[in-house]
Amino acid sequence: MSTAHDATAPDARARFRMERKPRTLRLVAEGEWTTKDAAKLSAALRSIDLGDAANAEIDGTHLDRIDSAGAWLLVRTKREWEGKGKRVAPIALAPIYDALLHTVEHEHTAPPVTIHNRHTIAAFVERVGRATIHGLQQGLGIMNYVGRVTVEWTEAIYHPRGHLRVAALIHQVEETGINALPIVGLLSFLIGIVLAYQGADQLKRFGAEIFTINLLGVGLLREIAGLITAIIIAGRSGSAFTAQIGTMRVNEEIDAMQTIGINIVDALVLPRVIGLAIALPFLTFYADIMGLIGGAVMCYFDLAITPEVFLRQLQEAISLNTFLVGMIKAPVFAMIIGMVGCYEGLQVERNAASVGRLTTRSVVESVFLVIVLDAAFSIIFSIVGI
Amino acid sequence: MSAAGQPRQEREVVIKVRQLVNAFGSQVLHDHLDLDVYRGEVLGVVGGSGTGKSVLLRSIIGLNEITSGTIEVFGRNTAHLNEAQWRELEQRWGVLFQEGALFSSQTVAENIQVPMREYLNMPQELMNEIASMKISMVGLPELAASKQPSELSGGMKKRAGLARALALDPEIVFLDEPTAGLDPISANMFDTLVKDLQKSLNLTVFMVTHDLDTLRATTDRIAVLVDHKIVVGTMDELRKNPHPWIQEYFSGPRGRAAA
Repeated sequence: MSTAHDATAPDARARFRMERKPRTLRLVAEGEWTTKDAAKLSAALRSIDLGDAANAEIDGTHLDRIDSAGAWLLVRTKREWEGKGKRVAPIALAPIYDALLHTVEHEHTAPPVTIHNRHTIAAFVERVGRATIHGLQQGLGIMNYVGRVTVEWTEAIYHPRGHLRVAALIHQVEETGINALPIVGLLSFLIGIVLAYQGADQLKRFGAEIFTINLLGVGLLREIAGLITAIIIAGRSGSAFTAQIGTMRVNEEIDAMQTIGINIVDALVLPRVIGLAIALPFLTFYADIMGLIGGAVMCYFDLAITPEVFLRQLQEAISLNTFLVGMIKAPVFAMIIGMVGCYEGLQVERNAASVGRLTTRSVVESVFLVIVLDAAFSIIFSIVGI
Repeated sequence: MSAAGQPRQEREVVIKVRQLVNAFGSQVLHDHLDLDVYRGEVLGVVGGSGTGKSVLLRSIIGLNEITSGTIEVFGRNTAHLNEAQWRELEQRWGVLFQEGALFSSQTVAENIQVPMREYLNMPQELMNEIASMKISMVGLPELAASKQPSELSGGMKKRAGLARALALDPEIVFLDEPTAGLDPISANMFDTLVKDLQKSLNLTVFMVTHDLDTLRATTDRIAVLVDHKIVVGTMDELRKNPHPWIQEYFSGPRGRAAA
């Protein structure tokens, strides 16, 4: 009296049947038990009705092929049946699978892995905690870094020889300044055009077109040219600093420099920060001029204001102070961009992924700080009354 | 070219490379190279730096576009496969890259489950069980399952990479310098592991390596890349080969030490 039922269709690659004798339950596996069909087999094996037989046998000798997932299913079934109080005979498999069965059955006793759920409240609290600690460490790190750069900086001022690397400095001025001229020039020119066009459009209504020039002069020189230049440079050079220093970190170049006794701040940070502090004021001045030229071109075509009239009106609109207010911010922005870029570069860990992550962070942070500082400058100037 | 022993002639060829040419610009790496890999064997591929060992491996698995020649895997010319056939083929082999190439945003267990998730419709519970089994199969501790790749040592990364390569129980495993950068004890353990897995899973192993001990311990045959071609044989056969590079390689001080 043996009943047989197929777990799956008879022509399926993987199948098994159950033979029930009075005291013994017998599982006969047939076909190919491979990873491909493991999901189907797993569900079918779990749904077997064990009945009241005390003994069980698992017969895999009729299998055409079995792989490690298939072997795992046999082993798992055996363990589960044993857990339910059945006496299960050792799994029978063709001798060529002895090694496989041994590997799966005897070397693997660990419970299934748990995939960490990242969406629980506990995980959220953990993330907040980690982020807080990370933030505090970050703050400490920045203070440490600012202090170190300040010390090196003062030493470089008192003893430029040996601290200031002139060749590297000149290279940085070329890289961050001269090579940025085309993009800074083009964008400032376009912003001059846009500003003049929009300004003229509004001021025309009052018949005050001529004040477009005041708007251009004050707007560009005081705020916009400097801000736009700093933002472009943060995206262009700040990111480059982080990526360059970060890549050196990944390649262990920085470790190599340290073991040779080269001062990292002297060699990598100071040339970049000072180079940018030299280059950015010039770039800002250049952006002022290009923006005004863009505005003048627009005024000529849109409002028929000739260059002579433009210059005369400009002279009345702006004072030296307007220009200086814009220029004085440039070196400060440069220091912020350079310091942030180098700091984040030094934070890179020894894997390629962190270079990308920190480069993004460096740009976001320096743009953020530039705009915050610009606002701070505005407040200070309004208090001082410039 | 094959200097392999006669008794092996009847075995099934799973990888068949014929007249392979790989050239980058004017630099020729492989010049009409032939190679057979038999089912169930461990083949070691050696050669000096820049002789194109990794390029050969990448050519077979389709990561490198070959200049000319044919590559047949399981009797099918890989150049004539369409997208769906490639995916089918890719389920039948696993690749362990040099540094493990684990996906850095996922834990070891998740890494192992990637191929299963990609190709099979498996319940998460079963994938967790299988991942756990693969982890113990490659000799990683239980704890490693929930670790990020950045928290693992070099040897553990390679084991995890091997577990991922074995996720779908492939028929062929490609190993690119599996023991490079491991300490001798870990390297020995890796050799034993490869040999054990090959025996229990009846794997065909294609292994690029420089490690003479690994060659001695695991390989059935060795393919040597010299003069843009390949010379195949067992270690003993190759020791008798008069080619100066092969002599230098197998009979130099390191080669003798591994004997």
